[in-house]
Amino acid sequence: MSTLSLTSAFSLLLKRDLVLAYRRRSELINPMLFFVLVTAMFPLGIGNDPKLIEAVGPGVVWVAALLASLLSLDSMFRSDFEDGSLEQFMLSAHPVSILVLAKILAHWLVTGLPLFIVAPLLAVLLNIPASAIPTLMLTLILGTPVLSLIGSVGVALTVGLRRGGVILSLLVLPLYVPVLIFGTDAVKTAIIGIPTTAQISILGAMLVGSLVLAPMATAASLRISLS
Amino acid sequence: MIIRFFHQMGSPRYFYNVAGKLVPWFMVSFLITLVFGLYHGLFVAPPDYQQGESYRIMYIHVPSAWMSMFIYVVMAVSGLISLVWRIKMTEIVVISSATVGASFTFLALATGSLWGKPMWGTWWVWDARLTSELILLFLYLGIIALHSAIEDKRVAARAVSILALVGVVNIPIIHYSVEWWNTLHQPASVTKFDKPSMDMSMLIPLLTMAISFKLYYGAVVLMRARAEIVERERNSRWVQEMVEQEAK
Amino acid sequence: MSEFFAMGGYAVYVWPSFILAFIVLVANVVAPLRQRKRALTDIARKIRRARKVQNESHT
Repeated sequence: MSTLSLTSAFSLLLKRDLVLAYRRRSELINPMLFFVLVTAMFPLGIGNDPKLIEAVGPGVVWVAALLASLLSLDSMFRSDFEDGSLEQFMLSAHPVSILVLAKILAHWLVTGLPLFIVAPLLAVLLNIPASAIPTLMLTLILGTPVLSLIGSVGVALTVGLRRGGVILSLLVLPLYVPVLIFGTDAVKTAIIGIPTTAQISILGAMLVGSLVLAPMATAASLRISLS
Repeated sequence: MIIRFFHQMGSPRYFYNVAGKLVPWFMVSFLITLVFGLYHGLFVAPPDYQQGESYRIMYIHVPSAWMSMFIYVVMAVSGLISLVWRIKMTEIVVISSATVGASFTFLALATGSLWGKPMWGTWWVWDARLTSELILLFLYLGIIALHSAIEDKRVAARAVSILALVGVVNIPIIHYSVEWWNTLHQPASVTKFDKPSMDMSMLIPLLTMAISFKLYYGAVVLMRARAEIVERERNSRWVQEMVEQEAK
Repeated sequence: MSEFFAMGGYAVYVWPSFILAFIVLVANVVAPLRQRKRALTDIARKIRRARKVQNESHT
């Protein structure tokens, strides 16, 4: 029987997840709506003084992005766990971390990317100057995959639990702190007009680092929580 | 000889008995060093030229902050051992250390804010070290929450070992990003508190307290491990025999 | 002696931290002991109940 090559297994799994997500198109909007909603809440809380909102703007966008990605993490393995296909993936001959990477990539395309698309609208809402919007987009495009990668470890650890949601945020949010700090700081320095190469390169390093390490940790965690 | 030792330590009964013998030794040496450290810290060491007597909180704050970091690293190492070699006893060390580590982190935060009030005028300052300590507390609470959420204790221990490993990899990253974040938003009014250059009379009590906290950790982690072993091995014959002996 | 307890006016900060430390240290020693005792008594009760059931089934 012809064994699947690793790349075709990867792309098959990716296609499968994207098709599944596409079937439930209406759900794709949820992370975006949540992102905009949370961002809109802050000015209501802080007051409409433009200077104050602008000072808080980058932080608000990034905290909202963190919460949106945290909220959507649960769907990463939940449906596969319930119908047992997660166990089938674990039994495949291919290294599980690569298959897990496919699932994380699919999850990011479905939930992380929309945040990136809707970010300019939020920048306007929080009157972040237009000159900083490209940096905001760049930090989001680099940062949201890191959130999905780190989040996948937490999801893998709590997939077996019925009420894993709260614990998931307790496990994952502390690990999100570096991404939050450098993401916000990049946008803040961009607003002032100083070059942000340092922050962007650190975010890039975090992305590459978690791209390599997170799938291994997630695969090990899945093996444990499914055992 | 070493391999035999590790092999024996692997068996719960042997570990239970050895731990039982070690705990009193740890406890006694902890109390001795504690009394010595406190006596020197409170009575002998001179008041600080800047902060007067309030700096004496350092004798609790600094050792417990060191302990919170030390225990997390011990948890990560024993987590790695339990994952790689599947030794049951190291799994138990991981979870037995979690609560002690969380208590030391909480203690470091509480004494830090009690020390900050007279010095910086507020109960909480987003100082880089205090912030990293706060995030470390969340990491500990995450470990304790995950362990209590999973029913099957074997799976729970291994899941917690993975979390401890992921945590220990992230701690330096978190610490340096908080340092970076702190230097950016250094509020001008708060004078950055750096440890006073300590002469011997202040340093000796501090190091004694640090050693005494480590001995305390040794005692408590063995006690908790014994309790954990009894709970896990409740159905095994040697526990039943032991219970019957104690019942007589 | 009283000026010692005054701690140079910082008594309200120094002593609570030492008391808090004492509470935390004692709590972490008491908790495992109680946990072990509760487990042991629980096992003892189960053994007694198992033996009682055994005796009843014999007579």
